[in-house]
Amino acid sequence: MVRPPKPAFQEFLEANRATVYRFLSVAVGPQEADDAFQETFLAALRSYPRVREPDKLDRWILSIASRKAIDHHRRSGRGPVPTDDPPDRPVLDPSPSDHDDPLWAAVRSLPPRQRVAVVHRHVLDRSYEEVAELMGGSEQTARANVYQGMKRLRELMT
Amino acid sequence: MKPNDLKRLAPARRVADDSRVAAARLADRATAEGLVDVALATMDSPVGELLVAVTPKGLVAIAFDDDDLERVVARLAREVSPRVIESAAPTDAARHELEEYFGGQRNRFDLALDRRLMGPFADKVLRATSRVGFGELATYGDIAARIDRPHAARAVGRALGSNPIPIVVPCHRIVGADGSLTGYAGGMSRKETLLRLEGSML
Repeated sequence: MVRPPKPAFQEFLEANRATVYRFLSVAVGPQEADDAFQETFLAALRSYPRVREPDKLDRWILSIASRKAIDHHRRSGRGPVPTDDPPDRPVLDPSPSDHDDPLWAAVRSLPPRQRVAVVHRHVLDRSYEEVAELMGGSEQTARANVYQGMKRLRELMT
Repeated sequence: MKPNDLKRLAPARRVADDSRVAAARLADRATAEGLVDVALATMDSPVGELLVAVTPKGLVAIAFDDDDLERVVARLAREVSPRVIESAAPTDAARHELEEYFGGQRNRFDLALDRRLMGPFADKVLRATSRVGFGELATYGDIAARIDRPHAARAVGRALGSNPIPIVVPCHRIVGADGSLTGYAGGMSRKETLLRLEGSML
């Protein structure tokens, strides 16, 4: 089978920008999404000439975005939050327009890997198998992260 | 709370708009960091919209809007580098000279050219073509003679047809032995427009 040729980066960017942005705007928050987007695509651009599998570029860019999202939370010093933490303390990345949406407050309180897994599964509708591939772990871990994340969101939203 | 509620945190319209802005900003950052191998921009001209492609070595391609632009971009990705990005700044000098040319303020281009889309024979033909000045004409046979291949007028025609940098490499100044315009990869009406602009045709 002949491998499809790698598209020009511009085409690749056009084809994937909305999905990556949608992922990042929930995974790191709308205020930080642009910075994370730049980091994601600049990293991709650096290694683009060496990419071997042009038919898997959409997964490749989302796996880079996943790492950037998790790094972003680590850098800003947000480790996992204990589940019994009261949700009413000040949020760490308040975004004026979404300030009043309690769902945002709940999402922000998730530990980074749970947040990323939940976004892949329920915002981008990816299968658990794909979530595992995108985050570099087993399918079981992916399921556990989504399950724990959703459980916490439901608790906070009732 | 239902899983689908999460989707409202990233409304499609906002994502579409914000990601377009972010992609444009990415092009600027990539250019500043030297990560763009082929910069693309478009411009209006009397021969229709032009796509201008520039590498760090110079102008590598010009395409007309009825060329299959996807194919031109795919060729750049394949034969130059896949790091092809829409970025205006690196194309400024080329677009500026083209604008001056179309405005009648310039009769020669002082642009560095990246000749890598030209095969070895086409490269020779196109170098000879570049020595045909503004307002002059030459025949296919003239060019063949100038590259010491006097019987290769047909091959010269094909090489001119493959010119990746039309207008700047002036293949429009090459005409048939009887003075007829014969062919032009960009279409005869463009060849006419260019020759009129240069005063070679009334």
